[in-house]
Amino acid sequence: MSSTTPTAAEAELAVQARQAAVRSQGYWAGVWKRVRRDPVTIACAIVLLAMLLVIVFAPLVAPHDPYQGSMIRRLRGLGTTNYPLGTDELGRDMLTRLIHGGRLSWFMGIVPVALAFVIGTTLGVLAGYAGGRVNMAIMRTTDVFYAFPSVLLAVAISGALGAGIFNAILALTMVFVPQIIRVAESVTTSVRNLDFVDAARSSGAGAFTIVRVHVLGNVLGPIFVYATGLISVCMILSSGLSFLGLGTKPPEPEWGLMLNTLRTAIYVQPWVAVLPGACIFVTSICFNMLSDGLRQAMDVKG
Amino acid sequence: MFLYLIRRILYAVPIALAVGFFCFMLVQIAPGDPINAIVPPDAPGDVVEQVRRDYGLDKPLPVQFGLWLFKVVQGDLGRSLATGRPVWSDLSTAIGNTLMLATCAALLGFIIGCLLGGVAGTFRGSILDRVATTIAVAGVSVPHYWLGMVLVVIFSVQLNWLPAMGAGPGGSSDWAWNWEHMQHLVLPAVTLAVIPMGIVTRTVRGIVAEIMNQEFVTALRGKGLRRLDVFLHVVKNAAPNALAVMGLQLGYLMGGSILVETVFSWPGTGLLLNSAIFQRDLPVLQGTILVLAMFFVALNLLVDLMQTALDPRIKRA
Repeated sequence: MSSTTPTAAEAELAVQARQAAVRSQGYWAGVWKRVRRDPVTIACAIVLLAMLLVIVFAPLVAPHDPYQGSMIRRLRGLGTTNYPLGTDELGRDMLTRLIHGGRLSWFMGIVPVALAFVIGTTLGVLAGYAGGRVNMAIMRTTDVFYAFPSVLLAVAISGALGAGIFNAILALTMVFVPQIIRVAESVTTSVRNLDFVDAARSSGAGAFTIVRVHVLGNVLGPIFVYATGLISVCMILSSGLSFLGLGTKPPEPEWGLMLNTLRTAIYVQPWVAVLPGACIFVTSICFNMLSDGLRQAMDVKG
Repeated sequence: MFLYLIRRILYAVPIALAVGFFCFMLVQIAPGDPINAIVPPDAPGDVVEQVRRDYGLDKPLPVQFGLWLFKVVQGDLGRSLATGRPVWSDLSTAIGNTLMLATCAALLGFIIGCLLGGVAGTFRGSILDRVATTIAVAGVSVPHYWLGMVLVVIFSVQLNWLPAMGAGPGGSSDWAWNWEHMQHLVLPAVTLAVIPMGIVTRTVRGIVAEIMNQEFVTALRGKGLRRLDVFLHVVKNAAPNALAVMGLQLGYLMGGSILVETVFSWPGTGLLLNSAIFQRDLPVLQGTILVLAMFFVALNLLVDLMQTALDPRIKRA
């Protein structure tokens, strides 16, 4: 009887072995496995990937020239022959401009977050690991920027500096750096007090080595997930700046700017005028859901 | 508690000063000599020097900041370059309008957000939760200036139910409590409410779900309490954190309404900022941002104090 049914100890061992087998697959394999089971996240990733391909190969995909307008075919409606999504207020093909516009909108949505990720992680990890006065100095400066609602901060900086892509990117980076610093600092502080950091220090590792080997590996994941969530905010904000006339300048195609110049057209061709905003919405919601899916798969708190 | 109150208020002072310094620097980082914003470009050299001295622009930066701060605390935000009027006179009416819009949007957003978040948190994993979470994600992902345009297309252009522009009939900017004025508020308030709705839904869902997992809820159920009574316990536990998030959202709305105000030509701080940006009217830009940021600092302080007062679990000395 005892030969067929495993004892409690044997069962325990089997469970442990199974857990070990699962763990040995590695963390990223586990994350990938969980992402794969999440159809919403996969769908969002596919939509974003398709959009990325289209905007990267914009000149090949777009049917017309994004700058070439015509006074005689201004503001055509949806479904016009040769112009499936109509034409804008200067007679330029909407489909072409939406495809080309994605380039700048994506650029302005990702670059400030990427810059803020690098700067914010550096400063945040420094503040969290060094502690003491360095921490005080960095975190109190961060508090000042937290005294501004993000839209206001972006408008303030780019409003003072004047319109232009470079100024808008600068302003948006300034908006996101403090937010990433806060996340990086709190994650680093919690990792820094764990035993393996003490162990590394007692075995003679220098501060730089500890940060590179033991801290970064544990903090980059959560910060990265947080940053991907910011891309959607950044895209809305940067298009918002262009909508106010602060980001991109005409005739450059960009979704926010297109929305701005087509504002008066809502009485003539309402459904053409709102198309650029729909593009922003779809991109932003996909980035948001992707970020949520990643957060769940990577089991990041907060 | 009293000590904490004093300390927290004292802590807000350096923040407020730093915010003031930031707003002061806005004019400094702007391209070009600030003097060009005051005198016309064809003014003779000695007049320019005279004005420079009068405005204290020849003094070192820290001294200039001190002088500027001295004026600001007395309520003098300078004069608009475009209209020549004191910045405060335009700003004070604009703030009233923005506050009106932000409050309506906040109330709307908070009520819907709490309902959706509460339901989602209580019935976690259910179809109701799915629906509420999807609405919340859509709420935080939607470019609200675009949503405003879509609402105008539907309710003003197609259906002709509601006005698309301004704060009153005939472009009047004075508020009155009648339907002619209130119908102007509907579309901007709904548009602006979408952001706090999404964020409050997410937050309340998280808070409620966490509380529902705690043992005291199981204990209360085991004791035989009715659903409603258990619910009241959950509300009591969730309230401080939820209220804190909502307080901050009101601040975000005050500062973030610039895009919605632009879409609807709502005569608030956002529209003022927008025209200041277009005319490069830096004193107006600086004054508006300073006042909005100070409002946000004060609100932050208030939320912190309120949370401490409401939640006995937070013991701060």
